[in-house]
Amino acid sequence: MPLVAAQSTADIAHNDLRDYVWTMNFGPQHPATHTTLRLVLKLDGERVLDAMPDIGYLHSGFEKIGEHLDYNQYVTVTDRMNYISPMANNVAWHMAVEKLLGIELTPRAVYIRTIICELARISDHLLSTGAIGLDVGAFTFFLYAFYQREKIYDIFETLCGARFTNSYTRVGGSSHDITPLVVEKIRAFCQDFPKTIDDMERLLNRNRIFVDRTKGVGLLSREDAVNFSATGPVARASGVTRDLRKDEPYLAYADLDFNVPCMKTGDCYARYLVRMVEMRESLKLVQQAIENIPSGPFNVGIDERTALPSKQQVYQTIEGTISHFELVMANRGFEVPQEEVYCATEAPNGELGFYVVGDGSDVAYRARCRPPSFINFAMFPHLIRGHTLSDIVAVLGSLNIIAAELDR
Amino acid sequence: MAEGGFAVAVELPENVVISKLDELASWCRKNSLWPMPFATACCGIELMATGASRHDLARFGAEVFRFSPRQCDLMIVAGRVVMKMLPVLQRIWQQMPEPKWCISMGACASTGGVFDTYCVVQGIDRFIPVDMYVPGCPPRPEQLIQSIIDLQDKIQREGTIGGREFLATQRQAPKRALVELPVLQPANALVRKA
Amino acid sequence: MSVPAPPDLNERFPCVTCSEFRGDTRLVVPRDDLVALFKFLRDEHHFDLLVDLTCVDYLKYRGAENRFGLIYIVGDSRSAARLTVRTFVNEPDTVVPSVTSLWRGANWLEREVWDLFGITFDGHPDHRRILLPEEFTAHPLRKDYPLQGLGERHNFPTITRGEA
Ligand code: SF4
Repeated sequence: MPLVAAQSTADIAHNDLRDYVWTMNFGPQHPATHTTLRLVLKLDGERVLDAMPDIGYLHSGFEKIGEHLDYNQYVTVTDRMNYISPMANNVAWHMAVEKLLGIELTPRAVYIRTIICELARISDHLLSTGAIGLDVGAFTFFLYAFYQREKIYDIFETLCGARFTNSYTRVGGSSHDITPLVVEKIRAFCQDFPKTIDDMERLLNRNRIFVDRTKGVGLLSREDAVNFSATGPVARASGVTRDLRKDEPYLAYADLDFNVPCMKTGDCYARYLVRMVEMRESLKLVQQAIENIPSGPFNVGIDERTALPSKQQVYQTIEGTISHFELVMANRGFEVPQEEVYCATEAPNGELGFYVVGDGSDVAYRARCRPPSFINFAMFPHLIRGHTLSDIVAVLGSLNIIAAELDR
Repeated sequence: MAEGGFAVAVELPENVVISKLDELASWCRKNSLWPMPFATACCGIELMATGASRHDLARFGAEVFRFSPRQCDLMIVAGRVVMKMLPVLQRIWQQMPEPKWCISMGACASTGGVFDTYCVVQGIDRFIPVDMYVPGCPPRPEQLIQSIIDLQDKIQREGTIGGREFLATQRQAPKRALVELPVLQPANALVRKA
Repeated sequence: MSVPAPPDLNERFPCVTCSEFRGDTRLVVPRDDLVALFKFLRDEHHFDLLVDLTCVDYLKYRGAENRFGLIYIVGDSRSAARLTVRTFVNEPDTVVPSVTSLWRGANWLEREVWDLFGITFDGHPDHRRILLPEEFTAHPLRKDYPLQGLGERHNFPTITRGEA
């Protein structure tokens, strides 16, 4: 097949012969893009005729590096993939690895992971709604949101020592157990958070400027949402009810009571509202899970030969010592079938899945991530066509694009 | 400012201080740093946190974030810089007016960090001058604040009104790593048929 | 949640093989039937969501017979039902029919596979690199491309204090 010579983005922009159309460059270093993405816009006055996204300004080879780090080491890289909600990425990666290995988690680990996933969802939605507020001119709203994020950072810091590059999960469990201090901090957060979210809703939900700038902007119908493979809040604001937490209950979601908010309008305002309601639902989940957290070990037993045994086991039992050495020594590690699995979780932004190919060694042969931001951003030109230049920031904010996940 | 008195022939009236012009200029410059946040990745979130409610960069006189390079004199590179981004970074650096400084925030900007991969630039100091390195992945907001304080200190100590300190020869010497790691081939000769 | 393959699959597509691992149903289809199979799955069995599209380079995989495996994961937008569809291609003929006519969401995913693996998609409307610079010539996720690259990342002019 003859391959068309690669045209540059600029060429395509200039091919238009209508002389009143002009081309504008937006990004890659622009405050409203938050991170690094570039748009080449074709404008007729203020109206956007077309937008050509140009991405890759943060492509750092995540998938290639996944073929060189072992299953536990790669979790550090998944943190950096979505730095707004790293815990959700940690969990997604290790769920895929555990599916490949066929490991069943302990009930305590299941609950711990549910709690951190939901906290991650809250912190993501705080930033994404805060940022859309910031972009359309509501700075106070952003500060309210960021203040609560700092509290979640505090919880994570107490849990594992890092503010947001946590690398918390391990194959078969996690690096630390959840301590009474963390439980106390989470309880305090649950007490405190509804007040802030009430304030946030009062600030923006009926704010004339905000509603005018987001209502009816960036319309996405249900058919288009499905056709463009949208998932997560973006799809749910357009009437798709798919939520893996309900449809394919993983972790502890089957035991807990929560609702999945959906809307039908599919505009920026709907996406914002869905996120706000989701935060309340996540809070409900955290409250239920933290009160029902089972006791017992937080890592799988030493028979599975994946999680490091506790220090006590290493010093006092021979099995513990052996399995510790087996895991730590080079060329040993654990046994992985020569197979491929796909395992998906409902991350804050949409379906976050990992396609892992094992080849028998303890390094993945291929670690593919299904990045929700990448797939949601692909429909940006479709959403913005016909709107004005100033709507770009609203649409970008409502899609919640995270550059590291977009480019990997 | 001028420390320790020195003898002058004229009697000075009250509230008059004698200093050097260089020091006066540096003193003014150090207290009005306008950062240009070149935030690409995760470190950018910590940069945001530094500016937001709890850590409040305004206490140190460097909170006026401006997104236009023409208005800034301190570039904070927060996050990894990749091949496609580097020309943009260099262009923005060249667009900033003199005198200007650069803080490389985080392991990635300083050395490439965990990303020793085909497309991540292994330290921005190979391609643009850097004044301060902040270690950490990501550095805590307190570290960034400390680096800004240190930079202010440095400006006060070394600064001259004409910017002579920027011309010092040792700053221009190519980085050792660059000498050791030669470019293998020009990029467009890299056609590899697998 | 993976579901079993549709019961009428084998009479319509006799050359599709089916396997299972940890509850995932995986179909292997010859490249020429790819689009027809997806049309069948989408229109008659409501697999209307293209969840993911990616590629694996099996160059160093033990026991592999083919160089590239393309992986399509299709799902149902009303439930979490999911199927994995795979097809294999070999050099030098690494051309696969594009599925952008069925799903517009496949556009960027296919561009990404072209960028990182060098698989050509026949009938793609905008066949360009997406992540790497347009001057880049290699396909970095192939197994014969080193992790540290071939020196492209050092290949920039240095700006010193004097010039700036
Ligand atoms: S240093 Fe760490 S936190 Fe900062 S950009 Fe690099 S990976 Fe992200």
